[in-house]
Amino acid sequence: MLYLSLLVGLPVAALISLSADSTAWSAVYHDAHTRTVLEFTFAVSLAVAVLNSITGVALAWVLVRDDFPGKRIVNALIDLPFALPTIVAGLVLLTLYGPTKPVGLNVAGTRVGVLFALLFVSLPFVVRAVQPVLLTLEREVEDAAACLGAKQWTIFWRIILPAIRPAALTGATLAFARVMGEFGSVVLISGNIPRTEIASQVIFNDVENGAPAQAAVVGIILLGTALVVFVLLGLLMRRWTRHG
Amino acid sequence: MGRYALRYGVLAYLSMLLVVPVGMIAYRTFQHGVSPVWDALSSDSATSAIKLSLLIAAIAVPINVVFGIATGWLLARRKMPVPWLVNAIINLPFAMSPVIIGLAVFQLYGRTGWIGQYLFDHQIPVLFTWKAMVIATVFISLPFVVREVVPVLEEIGTDQEQAAEVLGATALQGFFRVTLPAIRWAVVYGTILTVARALGEYGAVNLVSSNIVGQGLTLPLYVDNRVNQLDPTSAYSAGLLLAVISLIILVGMTTLSGRRHRTAEETTA
Repeated sequence: MLYLSLLVGLPVAALISLSADSTAWSAVYHDAHTRTVLEFTFAVSLAVAVLNSITGVALAWVLVRDDFPGKRIVNALIDLPFALPTIVAGLVLLTLYGPTKPVGLNVAGTRVGVLFALLFVSLPFVVRAVQPVLLTLEREVEDAAACLGAKQWTIFWRIILPAIRPAALTGATLAFARVMGEFGSVVLISGNIPRTEIASQVIFNDVENGAPAQAAVVGIILLGTALVVFVLLGLLMRRWTRHG
Repeated sequence: MGRYALRYGVLAYLSMLLVVPVGMIAYRTFQHGVSPVWDALSSDSATSAIKLSLLIAAIAVPINVVFGIATGWLLARRKMPVPWLVNAIINLPFAMSPVIIGLAVFQLYGRTGWIGQYLFDHQIPVLFTWKAMVIATVFISLPFVVREVVPVLEEIGTDQEQAAEVLGATALQGFFRVTLPAIRWAVVYGTILTVARALGEYGAVNLVSSNIVGQGLTLPLYVDNRVNQLDPTSAYSAGLLLAVISLIILVGMTTLSGRRHRTAEETTA
């Protein structure tokens, strides 16, 4: 306990006390750039969460219900973004979608590039949350629905989706929280352009420019948002388990 | 028809996002042969980055493994005063941006920080040295072992431990002969994840590092530095080295999780 509070508690307390500075709050509030960055960070994190819910469910579906040679390798590959250091993820994306344009696409220094990087690092969350639920899903219910004349889409919307919805949402929320604080994978591809900065880069630059209090304020805003999102998720989960 | 469209759609997405980019970096690294890569990795600045990364991992990983097992054991076996708070603290490093963690360490050990003030008065340099980087790394990779160990401890229950106690084993004997063997795969798995994170961390160590080439750069910081210095050969070589390490870790994780499931089935059967 003492160890935990020394290691985690003290630095966090130091961070909170650093942010308890009204001039820093007003500086952040009145800084147009920081506000734009925060808006972009929230928007792009939300976009990543939504896109990940779609691709993640599709990926999990293919990995559980479909069968093809090399499926186990594909399954192992899903975890690659977690194993790969974030800066290498950034380097990798810069190589393929950067100025050298091997595929004729240069998104370095654009917001699309940032979106690519964030999709890359957050890929596993929804897949890994939905996969086990799909595995335990009973096929009989779907077969029964099919016998009763339900079309494939009806089966998906009425039977499968409600079952995997909590898991998908949990995964998407984890992805949202992760992406909101992401740093390493975007520094290379965003190319030091103010327009493509996300919140972590503002924190980093504030520290480098000798304004750690403002950096702490932005950090607390991020932490607070993550906290609110997780509490909302918890409330929603509780409602779903009560009804279902 | 629909099934194939979905299958190939999904595989195309994966290859666009994962496979092709990672293959590309291997191609870029070796496009002028092996010897420039070897030269780049054996340069003074690169070897210093490799050494620093290994040093940090060599200190941070054992700390987190030992304390991870201890914390996990306390969480699963003993009544903690406020369990939800302990849980929240342990999971905090996952919920926080690495840059914020770096900033927290920076603030605590900086010249005006609560600990930093004392350190500066006694002229013990911590911030901008490898020590601060170790502290940040321990912080960021704290949850892995705990999170792997706790569910296993809860699942196996206390029957065997109690049996050992009844048969006259001391608490230490019980732990090393009964508990530890039962959770060994969870510990190994958590350790691998900790190593991966410790070697690959960028954001948190960046803020507390001196960023001096040949002294304060870990491998990930070195990659970034080389890209900015327009030295692609070194950047790709170091990047590929990290990518290879993470591929090895990935293979290790996959084989290990297969083995763990088998062991779990054997014990429950």
